[in-house]
Amino acid sequence: MALITLKNVKTVFGDTVIHDGIYLNVKEGEIYGLLGPSGCGKTTLLREMVLLQDFREGTIEVLGKNLNGIREKDAQSLRQQWGVLFQFGALFSSLTIKENIALPLVEYTSLSKSMIDEIVRFKIHLVGLKAKDANLYPSEISGGMKKKAGLARALAMDPKLLFLDEPTSGLDPISAREFDSLILKLRDMLGLTVVMVSHDLQSIYDTLDKVAIIDNKKIVYEGTLEGVKNVKNEFIQTFFGIANE
Amino acid sequence: MYKKPLIDLQDDKLLLSFRGELSIYTVADIEQEVKKIKNYTFKKLLIDGNNITSLDTGGAIFLYNFQNDFCAKKIDVSLCLNDARQKATLDLVAKNMASAEIVKKMPKKNIFEKIGEICYAYFIGLLSFLQFFGQLFVSKLRYLTSLKNIRFKEIAFEINDSAIRALGIIALTSFLIGLVVAYQSAYQLKLYGANIFIVDMLGISIFRELAPLITAIVIAGRSGSAYAAQIGAMKITQELDAMKTMGFEPFAFLVLPRIIALVITMPILIFIADMMAMLGGMIVAHVDLNITPSLFIDRFSEVIAAKHFYVGIIKGPFFAFLIASIGIYRGLMVKADTQSIGFNTTKSVVESIFAVIVCDAVFSIAFTILGI
Repeated sequence: MALITLKNVKTVFGDTVIHDGIYLNVKEGEIYGLLGPSGCGKTTLLREMVLLQDFREGTIEVLGKNLNGIREKDAQSLRQQWGVLFQFGALFSSLTIKENIALPLVEYTSLSKSMIDEIVRFKIHLVGLKAKDANLYPSEISGGMKKKAGLARALAMDPKLLFLDEPTSGLDPISAREFDSLILKLRDMLGLTVVMVSHDLQSIYDTLDKVAIIDNKKIVYEGTLEGVKNVKNEFIQTFFGIANE
Repeated sequence: MYKKPLIDLQDDKLLLSFRGELSIYTVADIEQEVKKIKNYTFKKLLIDGNNITSLDTGGAIFLYNFQNDFCAKKIDVSLCLNDARQKATLDLVAKNMASAEIVKKMPKKNIFEKIGEICYAYFIGLLSFLQFFGQLFVSKLRYLTSLKNIRFKEIAFEINDSAIRALGIIALTSFLIGLVVAYQSAYQLKLYGANIFIVDMLGISIFRELAPLITAIVIAGRSGSAYAAQIGAMKITQELDAMKTMGFEPFAFLVLPRIIALVITMPILIFIADMMAMLGGMIVAHVDLNITPSLFIDRFSEVIAAKHFYVGIIKGPFFAFLIASIGIYRGLMVKADTQSIGFNTTKSVVESIFAVIVCDAVFSIAFTILGI
């Protein structure tokens, strides 16, 4: 089943055309990567899927809902079914890590305080943070920890869909590999579908089931990683090191 | 959707079957429902999870803790869960929960600790403000050794940005203040038939006090807060660090141009405020008290000595220095989170208006003693 479908999406900023007819299909249970050179609009495309950015033409369907002229009620229910991890965590700076993770649970469910504490304890341990960090404020922790806390917050509501914007950038290699295996584990155990923007080759090879490569305003390739080598495209050849062989 | 769990007590065996969704949306209700079994006595607990349609981590945590609670009471617990994915979720939860440390509550501080912390924070704040002044003084000395060091372009930009663009609002506010003050006093003066004294009253109060204060307050609210926010945002985006590593001294590039620009323009702004407020007063005098503008000006040159004008103008550079340096100091105090921009911007306005009023009071005393 396709959870996300993009048809003929066109994005224009001022006079600059960013996307000119993008077609994508993300199926349930996939780890789906958006790749492409800097400034090709990967993050913009991600932002369009999570209702942060308008697009000029075409349709985007997420979890069966068309995002064009979506009703506020549907949009709210979508927002509870996905989790988004931003590049720099985007934690709320006035709240501690614990409060950041608990926030969606407090706002959207009628769970008891002790139950929320238990869920927070689980998520903190799951993403590899330490319990003693839970009472710190975002300004008091490192970039890597912010990312982990951001992931814990994105997972707080057990979303069906997880959007990750460069999840491993700025992490040390060990944390990055842990992050990759965590994503795989979550997908296998919780049946998550993951859409991510990434530049980390190791992470791309380790985690992705399918990739879409954006170059020159269009999708130049969509499919498995094996098939990517046969594509005649300068970015792909350089990025995957085929040109050097 | 929430479905009531079934509870069946047979002798010393309790059968509990969960049905439907066991997720963060339903756990609260289920928790309420199964609470009552704590009052029952039984030795064996059978949990039937085969009718659970979906289980998320929240539900799994509930299930895990629920089992553990009864295990701890030496009750024999067995769980039946067939769905592979649900089992995997529960396993993931069990594995993590077993090794996850308890998140400790932040220790509460008692009143003495809090008072101590606040006092210490003020003390440190005072020290850092003094440090800022020291740095300012040293960089000013270094800056003024050669004309080449003076960044005329930045100063000109700041003059335009924080003073010339403020002209309109200052002119309007002081015009209205002149109008209001004249209007209020006109009524009283009319009672005594002392109409002509409106000129003395307006001239002295506006030139000496009102115009400089109004200008300072508008500038503190408009430009001082902008300094704090601009420099604070630059600090968060690490622009200040970038400048330092490239050898561009932030004091020379950001701080001094702003202070110099305000010090230069404040007297001019006060002069504009003087004129506009007098204009407002003159209009009221003409309309309300039948004092023609020519009569007003004649009386004005007769009774208002030039010193009143100079007293007001001389305050300008002092006020400007206070507003600019407090605004910039607050900007530099911003920490790496978005909250502190708002906090410090507010502080900059409050503190600079307070400082201006204290400074004004000091001037008043000094001028009285000097007999000016």
